[in-house]
Amino acid sequence: MCNITINGIEVEARDGITILTAAREAGFTIPTLCFLEGTIPQGACRACVVEVEGAPSLAASCCTPIRNDMVIRTNTKRVRDARRTVVELLLSEHEGDCQTCVRGSDCELLLLARNLGIREIPFNTVNPVQQIDRSTPALARDPGKCIKCRRCETVCAEVQHVGAISAQYRGYDTVIGPAFASPLATVACVQCGQCAAVCPTGAITEISHVQGVWNALDDPKKHVVVQTAPAIRAALGECFSLEPGTLVTGKMVSALRELGFDAVFDTNFTADLTIIEEGTELLTRLKSALVDKKEVALPQYTSCSPGWIKYAEYFHPEILPNISTCKSPQQMFGALAKTYYAQKIGVKPEAMTVVSVMPCTAKKFECQRPEMDDSGYQDVDYVLTTRELGDMIKMAGIDFINLPDDTMDAPFGTSTGAADIFANTGGVMEAALRTVHALVTGRNLPAEDLHVRPLAGLEGIKSAEVTFTDTVENWRFLEGVTARVAVAHGLGNASDLITHIQETGEVFHFIEVMTCPGGCIGGGGQPRFTTDEVREARIAAIYKEDEGKTYRQSHLNPAITEMYEQFLKEPLGETSHHLLHTGYTGKELFTQEV
Amino acid sequence: MCTTQPVSARQPDLSESSLIPVLDEIIDSYCGTRGALIPVLQSVQNLLGFLPAPALQYVSRELNIPYSEVAGVVTFYSFFSTVPRGTYLVRVCLGTACYVRGGKEVLEALTKELGIRVGETSEDRLFSLEIGRCFGACGLAPVVMVNNTVHQRVKPAKIHELIEQYRSEGMQEREVQ
Ligand code: SF4
Ligand code: SF4
Ligand code: SF4
Ligand code: FES
Ligand code: FES
Repeated sequence: MCNITINGIEVEARDGITILTAAREAGFTIPTLCFLEGTIPQGACRACVVEVEGAPSLAASCCTPIRNDMVIRTNTKRVRDARRTVVELLLSEHEGDCQTCVRGSDCELLLLARNLGIREIPFNTVNPVQQIDRSTPALARDPGKCIKCRRCETVCAEVQHVGAISAQYRGYDTVIGPAFASPLATVACVQCGQCAAVCPTGAITEISHVQGVWNALDDPKKHVVVQTAPAIRAALGECFSLEPGTLVTGKMVSALRELGFDAVFDTNFTADLTIIEEGTELLTRLKSALVDKKEVALPQYTSCSPGWIKYAEYFHPEILPNISTCKSPQQMFGALAKTYYAQKIGVKPEAMTVVSVMPCTAKKFECQRPEMDDSGYQDVDYVLTTRELGDMIKMAGIDFINLPDDTMDAPFGTSTGAADIFANTGGVMEAALRTVHALVTGRNLPAEDLHVRPLAGLEGIKSAEVTFTDTVENWRFLEGVTARVAVAHGLGNASDLITHIQETGEVFHFIEVMTCPGGCIGGGGQPRFTTDEVREARIAAIYKEDEGKTYRQSHLNPAITEMYEQFLKEPLGETSHHLLHTGYTGKELFTQEV
Repeated sequence: MCTTQPVSARQPDLSESSLIPVLDEIIDSYCGTRGALIPVLQSVQNLLGFLPAPALQYVSRELNIPYSEVAGVVTFYSFFSTVPRGTYLVRVCLGTACYVRGGKEVLEALTKELGIRVGETSEDRLFSLEIGRCFGACGLAPVVMVNNTVHQRVKPAKIHELIEQYRSEGMQEREVQ
């Protein structure tokens, strides 16, 4: 322990931590721009400077470790002046249009400028007009708003192991972007949007689908249905200043109705369906391997996360045969909405618009993939991020906080707790184990509260084992077999896990990968700013939602049973094959055209 | 600083099959470590005269460094070039002193005279045009460097004459070869 003094107050702090961490833990506010929780500080922006007694110059608090007896001041004239100069310089190179900027309400640069009392920009620079890069389906880059804090670069390289964007050129000409400042679509970007999630300004944002959705809602000839991903309900409240982890499922449904959707459905429904299809696929692979002694691709990897699929296509094409052929729940929903549901209500699929609300930017990319039109039309038309839905609710003048609770519509509104937990890292695996164990043994998963604790939480790579005993007739071949499963979230962890398996040959049967740290609750489209504390709050909320459900195992969902009876007939059957499954091929890293 | 002498107008063989063994040899000689990026790029440029995209992509893959980072290094240092350079590298100083004393007009005149923009090479591969930031000859601003020769107090009106000299010199040398 160290004893330090901050603004005259004596504070005890852990050895080795930075001034910033010590000050924040003790309740002092220090502004930061380039600092990004969980990554190595770069000390680039100097917005975080403080005075350290005895030191000739100001210290960047984010990368200066504390020493015993350090005397620190965070709020002197010298500190304020220095911070103001930093921000004034940034603003002088900034193409500001705050009134119309998407970040008008949550821009860290704007907030900092206000907090520092900047009223004019003393430096006059003529900035070259910057081109906005709209080359990819999910993300727009506006270099004119970039303050070169390089958080996006850090997250893309260190957390995601993609490295699609980095600093190009030098000095005044520096651009944080793809190689040679070329359009994002020409490089291997997986569209995860983690860059947009950490960007302090409007320099990287999702491509908006808001106008398209309004147009559909305003078109009386369109039947507009909406599906909401499990992770939305634990985060949407943050758009209205509710505490992270506040569950707003019922209010969300009310708001969607007020916005004018003809039917409000739940991606949870197809999450349950995914468990049936993907669980059956796993059991089929195991049977081929154990009984028929065939060469099958194991471990099976999950396929719900489109950023992960794109990552594998670029960086690990060798494991594509191992990835489940199941489409993601979003895409299963789209394909069923424009076939099964359209028939049921007598609406032509071309007159139906399917809108998704997703925590994810990559879903915007996914819905435009050529594989995703098995209904004969683009299965999902628009994808709104949680943030975009929040914006639409505000645009419509809906008093979200005071909305009553409502419930989703049949048939795609019925779901189990197993579907809710798709939002959390470890959740898809837990949901799969609940159902697979029940099918194979006829008994519930022997885990307290049905939770597989070793798979939960923010540890980067997690694993667990389940041994099947007293198996039922159909699955006797699994008697005594121990299934080994692993979970990785954040693509860096996924790539570490794949490398580990390839190098050591460690045996796993099923692996869950989610693109974003924390899983979908930490998605690139969630309300900013997602820290680990926020992730944990959302994760806890999702488990609470699960525990409150009547059914907590996907195979017990009565609407799913009905869907098989009326339409799909059997898991992995012909209709399923046509509508719910697909396959992927490797992508070249370097030869893409815009 | 431009440390490489522009290579002649000979077109290096850039097909993948001929590049790979050469690149492998260079990369191996630096043991494929991460810190090897800059020396590897220097060796490749010395060999080929510039850094073609396929070579950079190969280096990125082999050293396991994201392409954006490789490109970041290439674009950071002005001695790296991704386009073949002409016989004469013409660099116009746009440092403060030169800028104030007409560097921009000089650049405009050069752009017109050579028919190329900054960063480009003329079709006859005689000239490449670049800008620089202060060559340390501020007293003689505006300054233009052609390869290693410094031209001082350059006036836009004299650009044609200056370039013509190099043009005829270059053509003659080519004929000799
Ligand atoms: S990025 Fe921030 S400061 Fe810049 S225009 Fe948008 S809101 Fe304003
Ligand atoms: S979307 Fe993901 S992969 Fe693409 S640049 Fe952003 S962080 Fe990198
Ligand atoms: S795009 Fe955003 S996160 Fe990236 S460097 Fe610019 S301001 Fe920072
Ligand atoms: S936050 Fe400390 S230098 Fe940028
Ligand atoms: S500014 Fe041109 S030589 Fe110094």
